[in-house]
Amino acid sequence: MKLPPLQYVRASSVSEAVDLLVQGAGDARILAGGQSLIPVLAFRLAAPAVLVDIGGIADLKRIDITDETVTLGALVRWVDIERSTALKAHMPLLPAVMAHVAHYQIRNRGTVGGSLAHCDPAAEMPGLAVTCDGTIILEGASGRREAPAVEVLTGALAAEIAEDEMIVALRFPRWRPERRWGFAEFARRQGDFAMAGIVAHFDQDADGVARDVHIGVIGATDRPTRLPGAEAALEGRIPDAMTIRDACRAVQDEVEPPEDIHASAAYRRALAGVMANQALRQAAGLPAAANGQ
Amino acid sequence: MDEIDITLTVNGTAHILSVSPRTTLADALRQGLGLTGTHVGCEHGVCGACTVIVDGAAMRSCLMLAAQAERHAITTVEGLGRPEALGPLQAAFRKHHALQCGFCTPGFLTTLHALLTEEPDADAERIREVVSGNLCRCTGYVAIIEAALEARAAYGHQEAEAC
Repeated sequence: MKLPPLQYVRASSVSEAVDLLVQGAGDARILAGGQSLIPVLAFRLAAPAVLVDIGGIADLKRIDITDETVTLGALVRWVDIERSTALKAHMPLLPAVMAHVAHYQIRNRGTVGGSLAHCDPAAEMPGLAVTCDGTIILEGASGRREAPAVEVLTGALAAEIAEDEMIVALRFPRWRPERRWGFAEFARRQGDFAMAGIVAHFDQDADGVARDVHIGVIGATDRPTRLPGAEAALEGRIPDAMTIRDACRAVQDEVEPPEDIHASAAYRRALAGVMANQALRQAAGLPAAANGQ
Repeated sequence: MDEIDITLTVNGTAHILSVSPRTTLADALRQGLGLTGTHVGCEHGVCGACTVIVDGAAMRSCLMLAAQAERHAITTVEGLGRPEALGPLQAAFRKHHALQCGFCTPGFLTTLHALLTEEPDADAERIREVVSGNLCRCTGYVAIIEAALEARAAYGHQEAEAC
């Protein structure tokens, strides 16, 4: 359907964008790449009076890597992450996951900030942000604040962002060079939203024991979330096939899947376990299981 | 709502258009410029029929406001060839019967043109992955992928030496 009537303004800086949000008094929305927001408008799920286009703010397009952190500006696009040689070297999980985000044309325009603000429980970047200890940096009328991703991405299409605030960046702690990682998701068609997906990473000590295990789920819960029971099943153990099977059972015990037209809760629960097996076997360097799991 | 003026380049020609702020780029191209080769299918970014090329990158023109195209260079399917002088992808689509009803075809052509311009050596797997963002519901994808593979030569793809 056609978009609802609206006004359109361009912001040339973050402070100007925040001023425009304040003027909008709750009826203004930030427009980044528009790959989530414009469908929302087309479905008339929202009808803001004003769109504040931040697409021209060059400062928000940066990928910054320091000794301590990896920071993605709000306007970094999926294709920028997919092609970034610096990220491939310093946080290879991020570019690897991008192949799963929507389609080629969407990846040329969709942004980190837009996806986080939209907060779809099946989307990849919110899952990465929550699982990999991301910090979301926001700017609003009362200044800049930082919050753990898990405190911002608290519900389906309901990020905790104030009316006068916008996301300016997502920051991850620097990735250890030898870190093991895996990602698996299942969608009915290439590029569709995941019915279940698992993000996993851990470090291994000299004895091959898994340390600092992070396992997060998308698509099979009402929000992206880490799975402490599954993490505990792997923490301090050697990630062999048996241990991974234990962790997958813990995933299935722990997820609370929604039921909808696409899949029953039981199916999503089973699928989350299968995805965990794929992701953890990838992380551990084990071959894919013979039965396709 | 008041109309706004936008300046953009379409198929090499500069235009100034007055549009309502809510107008998508797809509707501005079709209704403002009469470039009806860009087809509007789902209007929410799923079908790919409205794909155009923005500064070299394939994008959904139904998921862009016309206002966001300000000072950008757009290529539509009309920019890829003319009826009497088809572009290489268009000629290959014709040869391989890669279209029947033709509704989805402009989106496939623009997507594949952007892909092969950047990646002339894209293989069948890569092409299949990329066109997964375009829905075709009558021709099927086999002939489309055959056409794309053949058209690669015009974009600089070198066939591997037979050994």
